[in-house]
Amino acid sequence: MKEGLSFLTRMKEERESQIRDIRLTIYTLSRSPLSVIGFLLILLFFVITLIGPWIITYPQDIKGAVHMDQKLKPPSRAHPFGTDEVGRDIYSRVVIGTQLSLQIGLIIIVVAMGIGVPLGILAGYLGGWVNNLIMRVTDIFLSVPGLLLALAIVGALGPGIKNAMIALSIVWWPGYVRLVQGKTLSLREESFVEAAKSIGASRFRIIFSHILPNCTSPIIVKASMDMGMAILFAANLGFIGVGAQPPMPEWGAMISVGRNYLPDHWWMATFPGVAILITVLGFNLLGDGLRDVLDPQSRGQIR
Amino acid sequence: MINKTEPLLEVKDLKKYFPLRKAFLKKGKGSVRAIDGVSFSIQEGGSFGLVGESGSGKTTVARAILRLVEPTEGKVLWKGQDICPFSESEMKELRRNMQMIFQDPYSSLNPRKTVFNIVAEPLKIHKRIKGRKLRERVEALLEIVGLKREHMFRYPHELSGGQKQRVGIARALSLQPKLLILDEPTSALDVSVQAQMLNFLESLQEKMKLTYLFISHNLAVIRYTCDVVAVMYLGKIVEMGGAESIFSSPRHPYTKALVSAVPLPQAEQPETAILLEGDIPSATHIPHGCRFHTRCPEKIGAICESSEPNTNYFPDGSQVDCHLF
Amino acid sequence: MRPVLEIKDLKIEFDTFEGTSHVLERVSFALEKGDTLGLVGETGCGKSITAKAILRLLPVPPARIPSGEILFEGQDLLKKSEEEMRQIRGSKIAMVFQDPMTFLNPVFTIEEQLVDVILAHGKKNGSGHREKRPDRNQALTTAIERLKEVKIPDPQFRIKSYPHEFSGGMRQRVLIAMALSHAPQILIADEPTTALDVTIQAQILKLIHELVQTHGHSVLLISHDLGVVAKVCKRIAVMYAGNIVESCSTVQLFKKSLHPYTRGLLNSILTFSKREETTQGIKGVIPDLIHPPSGCRFHPRCQSMKDICQEEKPPMIEFEEGHWVSCHLYH
Repeated sequence: MKEGLSFLTRMKEERESQIRDIRLTIYTLSRSPLSVIGFLLILLFFVITLIGPWIITYPQDIKGAVHMDQKLKPPSRAHPFGTDEVGRDIYSRVVIGTQLSLQIGLIIIVVAMGIGVPLGILAGYLGGWVNNLIMRVTDIFLSVPGLLLALAIVGALGPGIKNAMIALSIVWWPGYVRLVQGKTLSLREESFVEAAKSIGASRFRIIFSHILPNCTSPIIVKASMDMGMAILFAANLGFIGVGAQPPMPEWGAMISVGRNYLPDHWWMATFPGVAILITVLGFNLLGDGLRDVLDPQSRGQIR
Repeated sequence: MINKTEPLLEVKDLKKYFPLRKAFLKKGKGSVRAIDGVSFSIQEGGSFGLVGESGSGKTTVARAILRLVEPTEGKVLWKGQDICPFSESEMKELRRNMQMIFQDPYSSLNPRKTVFNIVAEPLKIHKRIKGRKLRERVEALLEIVGLKREHMFRYPHELSGGQKQRVGIARALSLQPKLLILDEPTSALDVSVQAQMLNFLESLQEKMKLTYLFISHNLAVIRYTCDVVAVMYLGKIVEMGGAESIFSSPRHPYTKALVSAVPLPQAEQPETAILLEGDIPSATHIPHGCRFHTRCPEKIGAICESSEPNTNYFPDGSQVDCHLF
Repeated sequence: MRPVLEIKDLKIEFDTFEGTSHVLERVSFALEKGDTLGLVGETGCGKSITAKAILRLLPVPPARIPSGEILFEGQDLLKKSEEEMRQIRGSKIAMVFQDPMTFLNPVFTIEEQLVDVILAHGKKNGSGHREKRPDRNQALTTAIERLKEVKIPDPQFRIKSYPHEFSGGMRQRVLIAMALSHAPQILIADEPTTALDVTIQAQILKLIHELVQTHGHSVLLISHDLGVVAKVCKRIAVMYAGNIVESCSTVQLFKKSLHPYTRGLLNSILTFSKREETTQGIKGVIPDLIHPPSGCRFHPRCQSMKDICQEEKPPMIEFEEGHWVSCHLYH
């Protein structure tokens, strides 16, 4: 009984610091109106992703349905965003496109981090030839403009959303290597790393338990800004025609088709375009805000 | 110093040279001679002080003893055994006996770890204790250094400088070491707290039978805490002996200048302050002969510029490296 | 004679996450012309903030100055516009900071930085109006003169170096040269030697002492080190938690200090001159300025605390000539 009570107090103690931290984060974020906007936009994005299937009006329009009698109708009560060239409800497709975009963005970023972060830490911590090898390879990848590289890879692999995601992951991982290698280099010289060595910590422990946790802040900032950009790039590829293929309700692909129907049937391209705009803007603003929050200088502690 | 028992730690002719990398032209070797032949010994239970300014090499000595940097030459004897050739795993074992308390409490604690994890880490690495036993050990350690349970799950940025320093001490004590190396333990602390910390360290030493190696540029701290003092300049020990005699009647001109440079908090300021001209030479261009001759107010002449002085020993066990003797 | 700088009842607050921090409660002191005043205190007492407030270098939100006056030659600096302050900074009131490396731009040579400062204020003129700007060559000559004054060897060559090529002591001399380049009325030095080695510190302190004697600047020296202040200053003001608790001559401070905090401080510093038996600290901790103690801010730690200390803030009274103290024991 007593053991149970002390367990609760223990939990409370352990979490106290984290709770304070979260409150400070919220306070700092709320200082900047732009970050709040970014945060709200992203919140909207995630909410729609979650409840998407329940708020669409024409679930069958997502993929295959064709209603030629409904085609190219302007926005109305029945179809708030209008219909496309085969009569599908654009509103439903845009909403489901949200889910799709999230998936795409997440997979790209997670894979890129999964490759880039470990390489970056190894390069930074081990130095020497390992560092040189990894960084030079990274430099080669970084020397090619992202979209071009992605196009080249997709060109080789063939069009399709899967290949587009592979291509974009390959474009994205070098950025993480750079970021993490730099941070690791500076962390390596910190006293607490020396202290860890002096108590007998193995290299493995130092890398995972000391260096990696201190890298998370810049990684989070980068990842949140990258999400928006990854979604944008995926849409670019879809727009060009090598990304998601119709009839997938991917925003870029939708704009690609809708482009042909401008300016009379403006709604086909506009609504997916606005969705991309809002999403990328939201992630960028949020990323900026997070950078301010996580930067120890501006954490608002005046001594 | 006149002691028949074997010293706990002995350093013999320790040298550490850091190679200077030349960018393109590979002509000429350069190295930073951070320590250039340092020898001393510390008796068990004693407090040994290493004093010097920037470039003296005192911090490098500490790191070389712990093999956080590899000595270029010389021996480090722990209980008579040379530990320089020890392998990684042998060093890991040995590290339980020698611990260091780092200078800057702000950066010597991992900002992402709670106090608990910081102090528990050595125990996790060496003793593999877990769960409740681990918690009890950490609580006991925190109590020894005067921290309370409520501090246990705080992060370093939520603690004051003095508290951070205490966490560092708790971490160092967790493995029950015999030797504690303290690198400027009070320089980041407020004046009114410094004395408390030093008193605490002294009582700790008695209670846990520790041996101390103090490193500081603050002469008052060293005088307050140490029995034996070595004064370092540009990588060498220029004078060594009992703390009281070194500070009250210094022999080496550098020691004299150092002692007179300390600003005394008192109404009457001594008129004669020995002021050294010029800067401390860079460790990459160590002067020929006696390294101090470029600034020495008691320079004899050519002999100081051409040859390094030998160590002169005195009957009370103290020593001086100077041509004046 | 009117003091060249007079701070009257200065109150400063900072907005932080946890609330409003009352960093300065009511600070008052005066710096006489040609005098050297040391502002002494531990971390968080507000000495640096006071110095920055004089030059209006505090970021105004989150800092706020709800009341008080900073009178420089009779004029309230708090009421001046930013443009007017710019004319004063560097030319009439100059400041030297603690860490010379961070205050010198690493990508410019000393020459460029020093000449910049000299050109920035043009020729001095009563109306604050720039008359004839000296040209670069004149400024260069002046710059080299200044470096000679602060005893930098071979100044005509060394002026072409970059900051990182100088040692800490040299950089500090450069900063002093920059600060004194326009013969300011007041030099504020914020922990000017804290980052320096002991023997270099002694050189810099002697330099400041000599420059002050030659040129007659008034100096406000801020430090946590009573030894440093004792060497350079004729008068000392002790600060605690946003208040001046005692202000007197150096001799008076060390021979017959009045305030319990000052006494505690003097008892707890390690004096090098003899080995102490044991030195006590001051019990307790520096108070949280967001929720400061009521009445006298030192009362929770004070050995001689009385009931009134918790309720009322003690006024600053002149206990004897030139010796001011803010404590209920003395009135």
